Amino acid sequence: MPTLHMVNKSPFERNALQSCLAHALDGDGVLLFEDGVYGAIKGSSVSGDVEGKGGVKIYVLGADLGARGIESGRLIEGITVVDYPGFVDLVTSHDRSQSWL
Amino acid sequence: MSEAKKFLYVNRRAPYGTIYALESLEVVLIGAAFDQDVSLAFIDDGVFQIAKGQDTKSLGVKNFSPTYRALGDYGVTKLYVEKESLAERGLTEDDLMPIIYEDENDNFAEKPSLIFVDRAEMAKMMSEQDIVLSF
Amino acid sequence: MKLSILVNEGPYTHQAADSAYQFTKAALEKGNEIFRVFFYNDGVNNGTRLTVPPQDDRNIQKNWSELAEQYKLDLVVCIAAAQRRGILDEGEAKRHGKGEGAANIAPGFRISGLGQLIEAGIEADRLVVFGD
Repeated sequence: MPTLHMVNKSPFERNALQSCLAHALDGDGVLLFEDGVYGAIKGSSVSGDVEGKGGVKIYVLGADLGARGIESGRLIEGITVVDYPGFVDLVTSHDRSQSWL
Repeated sequence: MSEAKKFLYVNRRAPYGTIYALESLEVVLIGAAFDQDVSLAFIDDGVFQIAKGQDTKSLGVKNFSPTYRALGDYGVTKLYVEKESLAERGLTEDDLMPIIYEDENDNFAEKPSLIFVDRAEMAKMMSEQDIVLSF
Repeated sequence: MKLSILVNEGPYTHQAADSAYQFTKAALEKGNEIFRVFFYNDGVNNGTRLTVPPQDDRNIQKNWSELAEQYKLDLVVCIAAAQRRGILDEGEAKRHGKGEGAANIAPGFRISGLGQLIEAGIEADRLVVFGD
């Protein structure tokens, strides 16, 4: 019964990503979008938390990366970039979505 | 309508600084009329919503904290509170309002609505829901 | 699949309204059904016809109204949240004595109660929340 967690806040401003990762279960997905995409950058003070969450698949919305000038080479290894149709697929392929507002 | 769905309201924000806690509570009250399986989760700053001793007189805004204590009358009796979120904020269970309900299946015995769980138990409870609402 | 959308923020200040619109559009283009888009909190401000954004900016209200027209979408603005924030239809404007022409609900939107949000959760296969 996997959950899609949606995080739209920068981890440097709020604890939404940290709290989400602390509650996500193995098999769940986490989508980073809007300012949440800053959590996908490698070599940051929070990237270890993201990398350490082995059983959870991390996705990031490409449109929000592009708007913020973040190239895919700067992303943490193993993160999958999706577009809006891919976002829709993530919602329909998980049993529920939970927004970390 | 077929089987009742499991609705979870996740509260992660403190009251008064923004309207989210109040407007979340308004949805809970309206939603109670729909005979669904309702739970509330208080995590992160959401635990401040049910702190005891709230007094808004000097602010000139409505103190809506008594409404949480009335939730039992609406059949909303499962309020999950995360122990780690309390501890991180220097709070204990005694810093929260006592919230109880009368169990109509048990001769209207008074029972606590607050269910204190650790983070892993909270995560498991969240994963068993159909609809997760956050504001 | 049948989806419902909850929008908790108004246009322009937060990206939530844009994200919700792009998601809804993509879901429809993929052949999903949108049972309802419900606007709550400051999200009700998506539904005022009185916004006049600069010509070189997107018009978020108009985008919603056009999507509603194209796909026969049900765009519902919460009445309690709308009253707090001055979003009125003809009936509400009259009932509260706000005078002729005070109604500002945009085409394709309707004002109704919070029960419509709960129903949206009950009827849809998934509910997706966009907010701050």
